Amino acid sequence: MKWFALLLCTHAWGQVPYDRIVNAAKEPGNWLTYSGNYQGHRFSPLREITSANAGSLRVKWAYQMDSRAEVSPIVADGVMYITGPNTAAALDVRTGRELWTWSRPIPKDYQNIGFGRVNRGPAILDGQIFVATLDCYLVALDAKSGLERWSSKVEDYRPGYSMTLAPLAIRDKVLVGVSGGETGIRGFVDAYDAKSGSRAWRFYTIPGPGEPGHDSWPGDSWKTGGGSTWVTGSYDAETDLVYWGIGNPGPDWNPDSRRGDNLFTCSLVALDGDTGKLKWHFQFTPNDSHDWDATHVPVLFEADVRGTRRKLVAVANRNAFYYVLDRSSGEFIAGRPYAKQTWAKGLDDRGRPIVNPGTEPSEAGTLVWPNLNGATVWFSPSYSPAEGLLYVAVRESASIYFKRKAEYKPGTFFAGGGEAQAPGGAPTGAIRALEAATGQVRWEFKMHTAPWAGVLSTAGGLVFSGSDEGNFFALDAKTGKPLWDFQTGGRIAANPISFNVDGKQCVAIAAGRVLYVFSL
Amino acid sequence: MRRWVPLIALSACAFGQATADSAAGRKIFESQCALCHGQTGGGGRGPALNRPRLEKAPDDEALRKLIAQGSGDMPGAWQLHPDEVSGVAAYVRSLGALPPEPLRGDAERGSRTYAASGCPGCHMVAGQGAGFGPELTGIGARRSAAFLRQTILKPAATLAEEFQYISATPVTGSEVRGIRVNEDSFTIQLRDAGGSYHSFRKGELRSLRRLEKETPMPSYEGKIGGAALDDLVAYLAGLKGKP
Repeated sequence: MKWFALLLCTHAWGQVPYDRIVNAAKEPGNWLTYSGNYQGHRFSPLREITSANAGSLRVKWAYQMDSRAEVSPIVADGVMYITGPNTAAALDVRTGRELWTWSRPIPKDYQNIGFGRVNRGPAILDGQIFVATLDCYLVALDAKSGLERWSSKVEDYRPGYSMTLAPLAIRDKVLVGVSGGETGIRGFVDAYDAKSGSRAWRFYTIPGPGEPGHDSWPGDSWKTGGGSTWVTGSYDAETDLVYWGIGNPGPDWNPDSRRGDNLFTCSLVALDGDTGKLKWHFQFTPNDSHDWDATHVPVLFEADVRGTRRKLVAVANRNAFYYVLDRSSGEFIAGRPYAKQTWAKGLDDRGRPIVNPGTEPSEAGTLVWPNLNGATVWFSPSYSPAEGLLYVAVRESASIYFKRKAEYKPGTFFAGGGEAQAPGGAPTGAIRALEAATGQVRWEFKMHTAPWAGVLSTAGGLVFSGSDEGNFFALDAKTGKPLWDFQTGGRIAANPISFNVDGKQCVAIAAGRVLYVFSL
Repeated sequence: MRRWVPLIALSACAFGQATADSAAGRKIFESQCALCHGQTGGGGRGPALNRPRLEKAPDDEALRKLIAQGSGDMPGAWQLHPDEVSGVAAYVRSLGALPPEPLRGDAERGSRTYAASGCPGCHMVAGQGAGFGPELTGIGARRSAAFLRQTILKPAATLAEEFQYISATPVTGSEVRGIRVNEDSFTIQLRDAGGSYHSFRKGELRSLRRLEKETPMPSYEGKIGGAALDDLVAYLAGLKGKP
């Protein structure tokens, strides 16, 4: 009773106004947005679990899900909110027992082309939980009961649009992006009014006729240009700018029909949160032909650059380069590879890649590092303001890329080729700690195979991540030394979070079909 | 003689048809399936298909159904015409088809050579023998006669990429040699020649190394040869799996 009384005193159940999310660092016992804060840090200010005691972590509870779990939960005021494909649930954070569940049928003719039937988390704002569905609806649920407040059709799923991401709730709007980069969609970022569900704005990632950037697409190629937006963006509350990563152009591996830079694919865009208007863009991979989506969580931070304090945004890109940009202008500040790559000699002084000739996919096959999954993918990096380090799960792998003809038919693969694993053994991986301002590698923890899990860092000096073989582990944030590991029994393809239960620090990770919560 | 003519024509026609289907299927496969299964069916996000027996598609009808309707994370190819689905199925089958080989030996005699040479001490066939080495019940469906012959004579030359023979030495204790059964970033599990399992935390090992080009299987070069070798190969090549 005491516990509930305390909750009622501090916050009404499930009431998370915008100001609480902006000031998430002031209540580290909760986890109020996908990345823990709007800056995309996936950093917990909690410091109860440390390098000295991490070895004593044990399972507090586990929750079984119906299908592969890739969820990054939200925790607010004693309740954990989770999602699966077209499902959501609220759990008692002390015990993992269900408080409510919600589901929406997946249409029989729905097909997921180029990705799995997963969901990566909900968003919370005021008294509502927001869920993006596979069949491309954004749904608002009453946080207390799980009952639907509204649902809005984002796009028709039949030509290939879909959603697997956690929405981003800012101020009075809910933002979503779409999957479908292998089906010739025209991608966009959408904002919906949180109260009514009506669409506030749409930013098309492929500019239409007359719009800036349209001339980077020959003929009608822009209509099927891809540019998906399937990973949750970041937000600068002070300037009301949204930062969102844009996916690959279509067809993926055959650029013949789309010679040009193909803006704004493989780019980071800064959008006005109120209007969706483009403030600036930075393209990492012009005319991409390796499926290197730039769909990552952008990390907003400040650092000294040549003696001046600057507001920056960092991206460890799928193309194996790490980038630091000025976040008000998009100006290129620094960049360097953080994993093996063979496609570019380097970056020029504006951050544009100096591409090696002969690295495009071909009929006979072209060997290139990294492979199509890139040096890292959708799973989150973590930034520790305490260490000034950005931690990223790195995949080291090569592929033989093939180019084939691509014919657009709605709702089918529009890939124009494919890849085969390069000979010479299975891909390997690592957790790498990069100096955030430069990308220089400070340490690495080598892994048995290429990971598919995100990273969490904590003020207790720890870095948490997971492996394909089911290890969930803690590393020393300063050195990368392994301190604790637990075999979850399932492949880990999710992002960890941290929060408090009754004032005790917990860490949660989804593995296989199970959500685990650990504490001391 | 005359009545043979239409038969030959028919079979030639059927053969030509199958080839055309498979060629069309190949194009579809490479643009729509290879993303996950690899350009030559070697696998990737999806399972490898370059094998004669596909677990989820035991017969051609099941394979066509799987392609058309999908399964789990694999989308159904509802946009394909049934003829195109058949073409893809034919091409997938061709990825796993082994060329027919003439076998010189006598399988019946080969089974006796197999028993007399100690093979069941490590391998299992149809429930008989020990399970230390790979099961051979369906080896003839997966491996060519040339490959089997080579393995008997020089087993280290045909090791699968995922096969690892490991030496592990704990900080306290003596060296263990065994086949790697499983491994992750923190632990490794081995099975020694006696069939016993060993589990190690990597942090507690003094040394951990892969024994390159080594295998617990002895070479039978100079021990089994001539007709006896032909017989043994014929026996193994004839093992096509559980009835």
